[in-house]
Amino acid sequence: MSRIPVTKTPKAYVGGKFIRSESGRVFPLNNKRGQFLCNIPECTRKDTRNAVEVAGKAGGAWASRTSYNRGQILYRLGEMMEARAEELAQAVAITGAVTLAAARREVASTIDRVVYYSGWTDKYEQVLGNTNPVAGPFFNFSVTEPVGVIGVFASDSPSLLGLISQVLPIITSGNSVVALASSTNPYPAVLLGEMLATSDLPGGVLNILTGFRDELLETFASHEHIRGLDLSLDVDGKKQAEILAAESIKRLKVREQENTRYWSSEKAQSVYAIRSFLEFKTTWHPIGV
Amino acid sequence: MPTQRKNSRNTRRRKTPELLFGDLWEFDPAPESADPKLKESYSLYIDGQQSAPKSRKYFESINPGTEKALTRIPAAGKADVNDAFSAATNGLNKYWSKLSGKDRGKYLYRIARLLQDRAREFAVAESLDGGKPIKESRDFDIPMAAAHFFYYAGWADKLEYALPGGSYSPYGVVGQIIPWNFPLLMLAWKIAPALATGNCVVIKPAETTSITALKFAEILQEAELPPGVVNIVSGAGATGQLIVNHPAAKKIAFTGSTDVGKAIMRATAGTGKGLTLELGGKAANIVFEDAPIDQAVEGVINGIFFNQGHVCCAGSRLLIQESIAKTFVQKLKTRIASLRVGNPLDKNTDIGAINSKEQLDKINDLVKSGVKEGAELFQSSCSLPGQGWFFRPSLFDGVTQSHRIAREEIFGPVLSILTFRTVSEAIEKANNTAYGLSAGVWTDKGSKILKMSTALKAGVVWANTYNKFDPTSPFGGYKESGCGREGGKQGICDYLKVEY
Repeated sequence: MSRIPVTKTPKAYVGGKFIRSESGRVFPLNNKRGQFLCNIPECTRKDTRNAVEVAGKAGGAWASRTSYNRGQILYRLGEMMEARAEELAQAVAITGAVTLAAARREVASTIDRVVYYSGWTDKYEQVLGNTNPVAGPFFNFSVTEPVGVIGVFASDSPSLLGLISQVLPIITSGNSVVALASSTNPYPAVLLGEMLATSDLPGGVLNILTGFRDELLETFASHEHIRGLDLSLDVDGKKQAEILAAESIKRLKVREQENTRYWSSEKAQSVYAIRSFLEFKTTWHPIGV
Repeated sequence: MPTQRKNSRNTRRRKTPELLFGDLWEFDPAPESADPKLKESYSLYIDGQQSAPKSRKYFESINPGTEKALTRIPAAGKADVNDAFSAATNGLNKYWSKLSGKDRGKYLYRIARLLQDRAREFAVAESLDGGKPIKESRDFDIPMAAAHFFYYAGWADKLEYALPGGSYSPYGVVGQIIPWNFPLLMLAWKIAPALATGNCVVIKPAETTSITALKFAEILQEAELPPGVVNIVSGAGATGQLIVNHPAAKKIAFTGSTDVGKAIMRATAGTGKGLTLELGGKAANIVFEDAPIDQAVEGVINGIFFNQGHVCCAGSRLLIQESIAKTFVQKLKTRIASLRVGNPLDKNTDIGAINSKEQLDKINDLVKSGVKEGAELFQSSCSLPGQGWFFRPSLFDGVTQSHRIAREEIFGPVLSILTFRTVSEAIEKANNTAYGLSAGVWTDKGSKILKMSTALKAGVVWANTYNKFDPTSPFGGYKESGCGREGGKQGICDYLKVEY
């Protein structure tokens, strides 16, 4: 008789801890044939607010680490994922929406993308920032700073590569993130949380909620402490998000809900993705004695 | 004991001799006499032509120094704005997109040079129309506007160096709306980078200060800029809305109030239009006890009274370290007494006229609220001209963070003074605002400057100086002070769509 396997309870990842929704609600994740796989926490407005608070507290310390240290930690995340690549591929393919072979390709691209951004932590400033030769006796320079807490709605497809491609450029520069995983396949995001927990990324820098866009859009777009949004949304959602985000003038990037072709291409990784969630600060000082 | 107290008072009095200012000696008037060459009535500038508005509506532009009408300004209606966008689209497809960066640059160089040629004429027009002292329009606004064109002219054929490794394209036609505080300079900040990057423009000057924008159309004609590349439509908020909502506008660049900025962001939601917003501010100007005090006094004065305080990055919240607060405030009061308020065209004028009656009412309202909420008002006792809209340079002592005058942008010559004890208290108070445009730091200690500059949530930090601007230096805010940067390399990037 074969052994009865131990099944896993998927949980959201907030502040370095694995949590259920405060509401106690879950929704079933089924495979393509409609067979039950597991229950996923259905996170709420309150869960989001808690995550934003945790992200806000973690953000400052993350940003003030050295760029070298941030690079090493993100690279370590790549190492953790590489070691468990097959498990990730199984998670990507769990619903049967993509084949296992495609899932393996997606995981490979995902890990490469983590390594790509880990290499940017101590370089983007040298590309984007500069001194300014003003016409006067002043030393003037522009440096970048992270914006703060950024809200992310991850792409539905690809579910893992999309999430990582949206989130990595944001945390590379010292922002912290509250991300809502794909609602059609949140399972890889849940597994990613488990890898984050062993990656040295400080708890609270990257928080992953599970649930539904419709329910959480208003909270993400209107929460004053979320300073920027990178959202994969349908057309109506985009408009609603932008209207709500205007009240606190959030930095905005809106995208297609699904775009496998784009996220799989090299175009989807860029120093300009890091630039989207940076502020430029220019400092003047007189030269003289 | 009473004798001792008397002695110490005497000593103090001897230490700080005060110069007496006021009406003892009158300055002779020294008006700038260059001819602003104003027309009796202006036209819209669409498709390279001076054209009367199809709306047939005009309004008067008032000289805030005399309250008298200067000229008639067209109020562009829907048909006019539509014409402007068709012309811009046509200008883009037919001319501008076909030119090399090198040739776009040449036009910008021409504009810069022609503006320099007519600088004095424009300076007088600017001061007449907007109320700013001639020494500012002559030495700052107009030369700086020309410098912006000159700076961005050189970028036009070097864009790949602004975005290394990036693939990018211009937006196409951009709609631009500018404020009344630096009319021609804001026009230059908007038009120069837009044209350098290959965009065409529909721009609306502020209702109360349209003259230099419409005069600028003459320069575009002299420069033989291809028709439709720049279109200038004057009018009030309604004209601005037509621009924001026009489907041909692929990007909106706006400088003005935070409320209007939010409304524009809502209006463009879901349209995919690009957005640059340069909005309000409530900057902290922080003076530490180890600061060079006399320089700091000058810096604080310049920070708040430059352009009558009509500056989004004005140092309107002074944070002084408690140990030097008393001395510092006394020095400010002495300095304020020597500021000359009066005829904007007089070369000796330090503070000119408030731009409009509406703005004067707003300043009065906020100053009343400051008195009512318990802050201590000090105003210069200088005489004000009998006509025109003027306001005495003012400061409020004993301001707390909850006072309206510490939270709301006054946009006038009114300084709110708060104190702090420690560095961390200064940072917390400075950042305790929804705005984040600029900040000032005064201290002799380099490491403290870098610490403050890092901790302050503001797009521009002036250390041991204030209100300095340069075409090479990016300007723009954090938080509700807007998004995007104008000036410098960063100003180029915000007029290009970057693919990633």
